[in-house]
Amino acid sequence: MAEDKTITLTLKVWRQKNAEDKGHFEIYKAKDINENMSFLEMLDVINDTLTLNNQTPIAFDHDCREGICGSCGAMVNGVAHGPVSGVTLCQLHMRSFNDGDTVVIEPFRAKSLPVIQDLVIDRTAFDRIIAKGGYISVKTGSAPEANDTPIEKKKADASFDAAACIGCSACVAACPNASASLFVSAKVSHLVLLPQGHAEKKRVVQMVDQMDKEGFGGCSNAYQCQAACPKEIKVENIARMNREYIKEKSIR
Amino acid sequence: MAKLKSNEPSGPVSEKWEKHKFDMKLVNPANKRKLKIIVVGTGLAGASASASLGELGYNVHTFTYHESARRAHSIAAQGGINAAKNYCNDGDSVQRLFFDTVKGGDFRAREANVHRLAENSVKIIDHCVAQGVPFAREYGGLLDNRSFGGAQVSRTFYAKGQTGQQLLLGAYQAMMKEVEAKTVTLHTRAEMMDLVVVDGKARGIIVRNLLTGELEKHAADAVVLATGGYGNVFYLSTNAMACNVTSTWRAHKKGAYFANPCYTQIHPTCIPVKGDYQSKLTLMSESLRNDGRVWVPNAVGDHRPAKDIPEDERDYYLERKYPSFGNLVPRDLASRNAKEQTDLGKGINGGLAVYLDFADSIKRLGKDTIEARYGNLFDMYQQITGTNPYESPMMIYPAVHYTMGGLWVDYNLESTIPGLHVLGEANFSDHGANRLGASALMQGLSDGYFIIPNTIGHYFGSNDLGKVTTDAPEFDEALNNVQEKINQLVNIKGSKTVDHFHRELGLLVWDKCGMARDKAGLEEALKRIPEIRDEFWDNVNVTGDGQFNQTLEKAGRVADFLEFGELMCQDALHREESCGGHFRTEHQTKEGEALRNDDDFCFVSGWEYNEGKKAKLNTEDLTFKDVPLSQRSYK
Repeated sequence: MAEDKTITLTLKVWRQKNAEDKGHFEIYKAKDINENMSFLEMLDVINDTLTLNNQTPIAFDHDCREGICGSCGAMVNGVAHGPVSGVTLCQLHMRSFNDGDTVVIEPFRAKSLPVIQDLVIDRTAFDRIIAKGGYISVKTGSAPEANDTPIEKKKADASFDAAACIGCSACVAACPNASASLFVSAKVSHLVLLPQGHAEKKRVVQMVDQMDKEGFGGCSNAYQCQAACPKEIKVENIARMNREYIKEKSIR
Repeated sequence: MAKLKSNEPSGPVSEKWEKHKFDMKLVNPANKRKLKIIVVGTGLAGASASASLGELGYNVHTFTYHESARRAHSIAAQGGINAAKNYCNDGDSVQRLFFDTVKGGDFRAREANVHRLAENSVKIIDHCVAQGVPFAREYGGLLDNRSFGGAQVSRTFYAKGQTGQQLLLGAYQAMMKEVEAKTVTLHTRAEMMDLVVVDGKARGIIVRNLLTGELEKHAADAVVLATGGYGNVFYLSTNAMACNVTSTWRAHKKGAYFANPCYTQIHPTCIPVKGDYQSKLTLMSESLRNDGRVWVPNAVGDHRPAKDIPEDERDYYLERKYPSFGNLVPRDLASRNAKEQTDLGKGINGGLAVYLDFADSIKRLGKDTIEARYGNLFDMYQQITGTNPYESPMMIYPAVHYTMGGLWVDYNLESTIPGLHVLGEANFSDHGANRLGASALMQGLSDGYFIIPNTIGHYFGSNDLGKVTTDAPEFDEALNNVQEKINQLVNIKGSKTVDHFHRELGLLVWDKCGMARDKAGLEEALKRIPEIRDEFWDNVNVTGDGQFNQTLEKAGRVADFLEFGELMCQDALHREESCGGHFRTEHQTKEGEALRNDDDFCFVSGWEYNEGKKAKLNTEDLTFKDVPLSQRSYK
């Protein structure tokens, strides 16, 4: 195996004490960063140094570091989750950067996703949207035999692709209108594509109304959400959500 | 030494649960809303329990330290969930899943629990499909299955390599529905710091609001812990960064016995350790062993690239040693064999890695089929390592993954503290000394959807619970202790980071209490851990104050690992036998397999906290009536 390459970067990191603080950029040198590190491991190294110098480390949410929990995320040089498409920040590795690069790191920004500290944001709006109908109502114990209802493979696969959403909110951060349409439509699609999810027609209206109430913008077809989505969820889900919404509204 | 009683019902093992369900006391629907239940944790077990208890009408308060319940680490489970549906017509049955699980656990699990788990497995699949979990399907529209280790039937249901995600989202969504219905009150960014016991019963918890740093008191009629395992005691593991032992450890210190802490699962197929900077390890699903072949070069010192090593100079050691199970032997065997090969110097480039090779499968089935089965795993591998597994074999090595040990619970999932129930990975109950692949998801959901909703009613029906509020002095006492500890941590202002100590502890227990253990090493660890702990309390640097402070959160968790690690090593030292994931080098067969000592150790160790002294041992005897004790064989 070849020796690991190391690089040195200049980081401009958003520091904000709390929700009330205005916030500002701080500049840090990231020296001798092993290119096999993940982006978050690089931040760990910076935080170790800050701690040893009695400075407060950079706060950021993260957990599984496998790209599935949806906790992590930041704007890296203006791009949600950084320069590699189809990956979360924790799966971005330093080999995607060059020695001497300057890297600007900011939180995902949207009125409905307020900053808590540094790169940590409040995404509870997403939970409130799910609570309005992002489920199929089935009481534990009442389910029929699983194979009673065959599901066309194409539909099952499309449902899975939409269900792969990790709720990271990169779509909101990338959207010029800070719309949560990709997130909401992914859940609507996941459920409506399955026969089990057909009965609950009100779901789409309730979820979309809650999205509006939370202050997320509408979709104006910028497609930035699709480009930013680490799970490569497609904007066709938004079209499906809009169709379902209109169908449900016009039937009444 | 006291004997622990499982409280399982009498009768044939296959009828126990049905009989018990009838014998248990019930709670009138109108009375349920007057009963408050605290659930800690929102993984598969916690979310499914919260949803189901909410549906029943209980007043449920659910706590998670995550910003959203959906972030719990069950989300990262990849491969699948077992169920005895026998859709493949390959001879599966509840009896066979029961048998495989008891055998796979190396005869250290409670038969009655395992049978109930196998019975529930089929209902779990029905329920999850009804919830909209998009399991993989065949062209005809029916559910697909694949194989996992330790079984010769295909009974694993899956959703690509994201089964845990889909099951957790199902449970999370069901819980959010109850949040909307106001039967469940969800507290996010809220970490349990202590258990409150009043008059010998679990009556509440102390919680730290992670946003404000404030400590809160919450009282209830019963407490349910579903807080996962303690694999992060090893620092490097496949667990998520925040996974910790705090809730179960604090409950242990309040009187809940800790069972079999030395049973830890080292998963055979993980991406090998790369450098000192590494923060965690990444699993490559066991499902890959359906189509991947494990091998090392025949000759020590053969450092040629994989493609230059001819077929007859490779050792497919699992296929060679275990012809009937081949690459699909249980995890403990696969891991130990990888270690054996690298100990012999036959690891890749002489290091700590072996090959997991898909070349044959790609040739036989085509790249498209392999991509459809494992695409996201292959992508993940490439992102992390920078090499393409379609072209050259994966390099893998075992890593800490799951912990079979946990708080001791009886058949009702109740701990030794009345009213404290423990679910999922946090309890010890079903996997014995080694968990089979695709069984963790099954157990978490069985506990949460189908067991606790029944057994907690029985607890309420059989106990006269007086009213307890947070005014009880026990709440203030617990809160003050927590506050004192936090003050202590932020005032040390030492010269080393929290991670420094965590790493040091992790390396030590990996070395002395990892894939192979011996008396001398364990004694050394037991001497060393208190020293690391003392240094931690003397010299750790927790920057910032008592408010939103991620360093402080981590420090509290590592402080508990520094206590728990000692109990884990003590248990490993005490258990003078090898079984499943617990391999004492002093106890092995001539072929190097785990050698159990059924005469002296056919029991569950339930450790009792003993302030300032060595924990006291209590035992639950295990009897095997339906799966007779035998030396496991996968040859």
